[in-house]
Amino acid sequence: MTLQQAKFEYLLRLGDSSLIIGHRLSEWCGHGPILEEDIALINIALDFVGNATSILAYAAQVEGKERTEDDLAYMRNERDYRNLLLTEQPNGDYATTIARQFLYDVYTFFLYEELKKSKDDTIAAIATKSHKEITYHLRHTTEWMYRLGDGTEESHQRLQNALNDLWMFTGDLFDMDEVDALLIKEGIAPDLEKIKEAWEKHVKEVIIEATLQMPATTIKQTGSREGRHTEHLGYLIAEMQYIPRSYPNTKW
Amino acid sequence: MNDTQWPLWEVFVQGNPGIPHKHVGSVHAPDAEIAIQNARDVYTRRSEGISIWVVPSNAISASTPEDQGAFFEPSNDKPYRHPTFYKIPDGVKYL
Repeated sequence: MTLQQAKFEYLLRLGDSSLIIGHRLSEWCGHGPILEEDIALINIALDFVGNATSILAYAAQVEGKERTEDDLAYMRNERDYRNLLLTEQPNGDYATTIARQFLYDVYTFFLYEELKKSKDDTIAAIATKSHKEITYHLRHTTEWMYRLGDGTEESHQRLQNALNDLWMFTGDLFDMDEVDALLIKEGIAPDLEKIKEAWEKHVKEVIIEATLQMPATTIKQTGSREGRHTEHLGYLIAEMQYIPRSYPNTKW
Repeated sequence: MNDTQWPLWEVFVQGNPGIPHKHVGSVHAPDAEIAIQNARDVYTRRSEGISIWVVPSNAISASTPEDQGAFFEPSNDKPYRHPTFYKIPDGVKYL
């Protein structure tokens, strides 16, 4: 594997995760539990889609095959997507969305903090811009973790169920392969083992503070690195790609 | 009908350092922290501000429309209270 191939693959992982979780959040548009929260979620969704645009544009440039960020977002099939399994999980109830977002926000908070120091200038620049947004995302979801966890009996139970259900997808966050090995060596990407330590510590603190229990699940589902997804991604992509595939090259 | 909305908060945003916070609108929120976050998302997305205040709407005491006559109308016939009522003498600087 060449450095160029590894970089392209790595950028797809970052960009696809942002794109897919951004799309998931956008599904709440007009359906949020209260107007202000609807606006907050869609703001966050837009941050992710914006981040995906920057990263996939750079991925296309690194690939050098004259594809654009739109080609990458809308003209690939399910197995070509490298987004984390966690990001494609359905919105469920509001507790599920908050739990999914919290687990992911803690991850990106520590990951992008390291990516700011990447020896690849473009990745470092994108990470610096995104980290400010992520800091707010994490604040937003953390406040909701506390309020739902330490809220009513029903909100507590719903959030606990959501954490228990999503926990099996958290191993996938830290899966590493030769792409990571090569980029760690070049100082472009961080070692996910270190991110994992910080993530586990932070997630646990918030879960305890929110009066919740750490999930007992030990089974971990992985596969996003090879494009093996859960059954949910296909439906999401079908909806997301419908317009660009039906009317290729349409301009707004 | 019961109001199932969260409590209402009035939002004040400071546009630049040194100038007063200005009332921009209101948001619903269960508590102050969420009110600040909601205000951030609703009112400061386009670089409108550098600082946010939120105040529970029910903490604001207001004058009533019935007060209008006694409160405000007596000042209508006292134009000398406006600085523009006075002519500035020639030669006065920095007024």
